[in-house]
Amino acid sequence: MPQFLEHSGTSWKGQKVKHERSLIDRLDPRLRVVMVTLFAFATVLSHNFWVLSVAVIAGFVLALLAQLNVKRTLRRVIAMDMFMIFLIILLPFTTPGDTWFTLFGLSASKEGFLHALMILLKAHAVVLALLALVGTISATTLGHALAHLRVPDKLVHLMLFTVRYLDVIGQEYKRMRRAMQARAFVLRTNMHTWRSIGYLIGMLLVHSLERSERIMDAMKCRGYKGQFYLLDEMALGRDDYRFMALFIPFLTVLTGLNFL
Amino acid sequence: MHIVDGALAVPVLAAGAAMTVAGVAWGLKRMDYDHLPQVGVLSAVFFIASYIHLPIGFSSVHLILNGLIGLALGWAAFPALLVALFLQAVFFGFGGFLVLGVNAVNIALPAVLVYYLCRHGISSPSPKIAATWGAIGGAGSIIITTIMVAFSLMLSGEAFLLAAKATFVAHIPVMIVEGFVTAAAVLLIRKVKPEFLGIDEERVYG
Repeated sequence: MPQFLEHSGTSWKGQKVKHERSLIDRLDPRLRVVMVTLFAFATVLSHNFWVLSVAVIAGFVLALLAQLNVKRTLRRVIAMDMFMIFLIILLPFTTPGDTWFTLFGLSASKEGFLHALMILLKAHAVVLALLALVGTISATTLGHALAHLRVPDKLVHLMLFTVRYLDVIGQEYKRMRRAMQARAFVLRTNMHTWRSIGYLIGMLLVHSLERSERIMDAMKCRGYKGQFYLLDEMALGRDDYRFMALFIPFLTVLTGLNFL
Repeated sequence: MHIVDGALAVPVLAAGAAMTVAGVAWGLKRMDYDHLPQVGVLSAVFFIASYIHLPIGFSSVHLILNGLIGLALGWAAFPALLVALFLQAVFFGFGGFLVLGVNAVNIALPAVLVYYLCRHGISSPSPKIAATWGAIGGAGSIIITTIMVAFSLMLSGEAFLLAAKATFVAHIPVMIVEGFVTAAAVLLIRKVKPEFLGIDEERVYG
């Protein structure tokens, strides 16, 4: 199997992804999380094509404002499309309704096609807004923002730990795979591959756990009592109020369009 | 396995979110601060597993490993998997945002079921029996997850029936691979660090 297929091209680079500071980055992280949630509700709950078209455009505008890396974003959007491609293709043929066109003797209905289109629009609008507003926050800051938003303490701690270990375990995995490659191990469809990968994962877990125990001991040694202190005071600034003044009326209009 | 935003009906979204909130609340309650790093490691492993692709004929599948995570964590699998799915959604655009509750319960509930079903089996004195239970856990969690994904789709509309069936068939290779991989991982952990899977050393090695 070619090397590039082994990784989905989406491996975790954590905080190291290059990203230019944009207009969106001047906004309070808490505000971004809340706004994206409201936007997702307004989009997903709507059944109106006008609303959804406007929402997709809004998603694009947000992505532009956030100066998202075009290649990286495209790759992610396509990865998401892969999750639903079958659903979208099958829908016109499985929804009962007026025949719109026939393909290999199967009749596709217009209702099904419209339903598929609706799912496409919703998914893209939400994912673009999400990547633009929240995907650009560094994972640590996102954790702190969630803590300020009253997400349970333990869950936020868990997220911060996970982000920390993603880097460590990702590197450990690559190291062990390289060691296997050096011993001429090639991935195939057979028992040997599956057993070796199972052992690899077992070893990965054992290594990482022992490491996590050492980290825990070191933290306790420095007085860790199950609490991180949120040192960053997040406060709403002038930019945040401007953004709210634009975005909240927009969401209201978006919701209002449903009832026209 | 991830379902995207916009595909599911509102009652399904609400039910999924409610079940996830309940599961996560219970999981957090049973997890103390000392176990946080361990749960974080497993959460990260789920994330990493999603980019380990194994070849199947001309195609490839990626590992999910929710069975192994369930065996190791029990109820704490709920918060661990929710965090990993949240990070995937936010930073990679995998799945969606409002559908997070449904996705989390579809992957975490089978993990918890496997924990109760197989945790006795994997600490059997015979390695063969333990490996078999590991395989049942690995394959079983994927089977239950796929059935739950299919149900979430079916409850959202008759038209999804075919897609739901297709999801199940498409995941049969994943079930087989996960079974073998989880069995091997369980065998290794049993030998190297049995306390990690909650395995009673006395029972295994007398």
